[in-house]
Amino acid sequence: MNSFLLDGAEIPFEPGQTVIQAALAAGHYIPHLCYHPEFVPHGSCKLCTVRADGRPTAACTLPAQAGLKVESETEELNDLRRTLVQMLFAEGNHFCPSCEKSGNCVLQALGYDLGVMTAGFRHFFLDRPVDASHPDILLDFNRCVLCKLCVRASEEVDGKGVFSLAGRGIQRRLIVSAESGRLADTDIAVTDKAVEVCPVGVILRKRVGFRVPIGRRRFDARPISAQALEDAPRKPEHKHE
Amino acid sequence: MPEQDPYPRVDDVLALHRHDPTRLVQMLRDLQEAQGWLPPPVITELARKLGVSRARVEGVAAFYSFLHLQPVGYYRVLFSDNITDRMQGSQALLEYLCNKLWVEKGKVSEDGLLSIDTTSCTGLCDQGPGLLVNGWAIPRLSRERLDEIAELILARRPLAEWPQHLFHIEDNICRRDILLDHNLTPGEAIRAALARGLGTAPARPVSGRSWREGIPAAPPGPVATLEEIKRSGLRGRGGAGFATGLKWEACRNAPGETHYVVCNADEGEPGTFKDRVLLTRYADLVFEGMTVCAYVLGGGRRPTHGFLYLRGEYRYLLEPLLACLERRRREGLLGRDICGERGFDFDIEIHVGAGAYVCGEESALIESLEGKRGIPRNRPPYPVTHGYLGQPTVVNNVETFCAAALVAARGADWYRARGTPDSTGTKLLSVSGDCERPGIYEYPFGVTVREVLEDCGARDTQAVQVSGPSGSLIDAAEFDRRLAFEDLPTAGAFMVFDASRDIFEVVRNFVHFFAHESCGFCTPCRVGTAMMRNVVDKIHAGRGAQLDLEEICRLRQVMHLAAHCGLGHTACNPMQDMLKRFRPAIQRRLKSLDFEPAFDLDAALARARAFTGRDDAGAHLPAESETP
Repeated sequence: MNSFLLDGAEIPFEPGQTVIQAALAAGHYIPHLCYHPEFVPHGSCKLCTVRADGRPTAACTLPAQAGLKVESETEELNDLRRTLVQMLFAEGNHFCPSCEKSGNCVLQALGYDLGVMTAGFRHFFLDRPVDASHPDILLDFNRCVLCKLCVRASEEVDGKGVFSLAGRGIQRRLIVSAESGRLADTDIAVTDKAVEVCPVGVILRKRVGFRVPIGRRRFDARPISAQALEDAPRKPEHKHE
Repeated sequence: MPEQDPYPRVDDVLALHRHDPTRLVQMLRDLQEAQGWLPPPVITELARKLGVSRARVEGVAAFYSFLHLQPVGYYRVLFSDNITDRMQGSQALLEYLCNKLWVEKGKVSEDGLLSIDTTSCTGLCDQGPGLLVNGWAIPRLSRERLDEIAELILARRPLAEWPQHLFHIEDNICRRDILLDHNLTPGEAIRAALARGLGTAPARPVSGRSWREGIPAAPPGPVATLEEIKRSGLRGRGGAGFATGLKWEACRNAPGETHYVVCNADEGEPGTFKDRVLLTRYADLVFEGMTVCAYVLGGGRRPTHGFLYLRGEYRYLLEPLLACLERRRREGLLGRDICGERGFDFDIEIHVGAGAYVCGEESALIESLEGKRGIPRNRPPYPVTHGYLGQPTVVNNVETFCAAALVAARGADWYRARGTPDSTGTKLLSVSGDCERPGIYEYPFGVTVREVLEDCGARDTQAVQVSGPSGSLIDAAEFDRRLAFEDLPTAGAFMVFDASRDIFEVVRNFVHFFAHESCGFCTPCRVGTAMMRNVVDKIHAGRGAQLDLEEICRLRQVMHLAAHCGLGHTACNPMQDMLKRFRPAIQRRLKSLDFEPAFDLDAALARARAFTGRDDAGAHLPAESETP
């Protein structure tokens, strides 16, 4: 079987796997946010940036190649990841104590796991109206990290195309597929994959808030570096059913 | 009774574009012509009839600067906001027009008649300041010309009736070399490429076998022409300088149903306008180069197709370019059996962009050609193997195709005689800024910055921005450096700044440009360019401190290390060059302390003062320097 080196450890891979897929399957964690094992890698958050034969590149989109030397757990790259997390925290309104997603939030969990201790940058203080129009689902656009997971899930799994990203640069934002711009006027259902997949607190189910108390949530039990390995498929052909 | 279609125009536009979703950007451009903007029902209707989600169509429309999802004025005036426009007084002129027409910058006038705003460089730097009105370019702005424009707007004269002299754009060709003086007749380069395979025997057999065994002595035309392009040493003129022959060869060798030839005429780099002149005066040469490329890729044996991606700012060139294509079809230089060569079929269609600098990046350009948002792709795979619709695609700059046509017609040796060994041939420069004779200059590669400065009549020069904001900002100590891939590579921009200019303001303009043009796909560039903009504005406002320099360095590192594409990698170049070569320009603006908040309490009280109608000393906080 082919293999490459990740921080000195030999990682076997199957043809078609990217570096992060092979690494996670082999029990090696590379921090990531927009990558999700059930979807085609997107490569936008850049948290999984590694050096492959010295060249910085996103591990989620880099095809695994035999003999590749990949560095991930270095001071330089973890500094980069901390800065990227700080930038995402500054871009949106991520006030964890008042967010229902706290404890289940991937961005928050990454912050803890990487040891982000300060804000680092001045916040942008977004002021986008929330969308509470739908009877079962709430949207808070101010927390979006633009990972596109809901867009991908709604198109690929739900077959609906409820979400899309619009705008450019710092104006880039999530929109819903309705002339009114309201989620209630789309065909989304609370059982959709798009609702489940949001890694942060943008897409929230109504009437279940704080049912699981803080302290007993997903990333309260174990850090994301351990949780991600548990979630990772051990075979590349693993797909959402 | 049959149901009435409330938006018949959507059907017209769909029919015009063959219901082809890859033509979405073109459809949106056409639909916008009706009202100047895209009302929500039009988006809904278009999405429904194309069978794609509404959010997807809206997402595409909201990506491009020249597509509007909100009502806009009947006249939409956009002042070009490059630093060269500013140096020519664009900001005062914008204010003049706003005052004259009683309209606030960035807002639609109450009667819906007009809006005035700024846009990224429109490529009129040698005859600025420039503006676009409803997408049509007007150069050489002055108060007199704005008076005339204001009259026309107030009289609600349709744009088609505006006097033509307003729209006249000069070529300003100041120095010619082999390209601008090419003397080729249309078809000459194609015929030379076709003939190449038939004529003289090569110096040595291409394959191991001898021609005596019945193998044709000369390689067939496409291969011979490819070899000629490779041997010419031609490198891409868009900035990166990748070897053109190798790109064509990789594409030629890639399997696919159709091979695509794409001309990148999305000349968005501020300070660059040489492609505008090539497309105006040398369109035949551009199309000739593309056709030669198609011959190399297809060789008359497999399908090829061409696109020219014309930046929205050059909309006024569309009709002349279409007329040129039509003429070439009549002359047998495009279409079926080109130049009588059986099976050599190739045609070119033109896509008009809609205001997005990032579409100059080749994979973003391809996305835009496919009717999507212009977001650079994950690579590998590269466009040469998986480009337009996943097919092998060559994307080259306008000037590259012109040079390729020259090589095809005159041969590699002739071409190599110009320039340096690593940078063969000539380069077109777009010279603007503080000099007597701005315009287009063609030099053999290897010319020094100083020679160019002397030729264009620049005096007391403090700095030159070579290759635009994504290139290098150099100072007088480096004016003996040579413009060539091995020393100072350039895509063509050459902006001159004399000693009277404030380099900090130059860099601030570029920082704003990148923040405006970042596509927003990746975190480092999306957030980084916006943070960088906030920092330079903070410093500009006199509230900068040492800590802000540290933030700049941090952002620079993150973007350089992790950005998704060239835009993010180079967005910090102007700042980096200022810190390296013009440090006093930023240092003297900093307060001496370590930290200074961006928040200004007195400024924050401005609204309260406005409500109470007060602006006296008692309504202001004492300035900090006066506090004990």
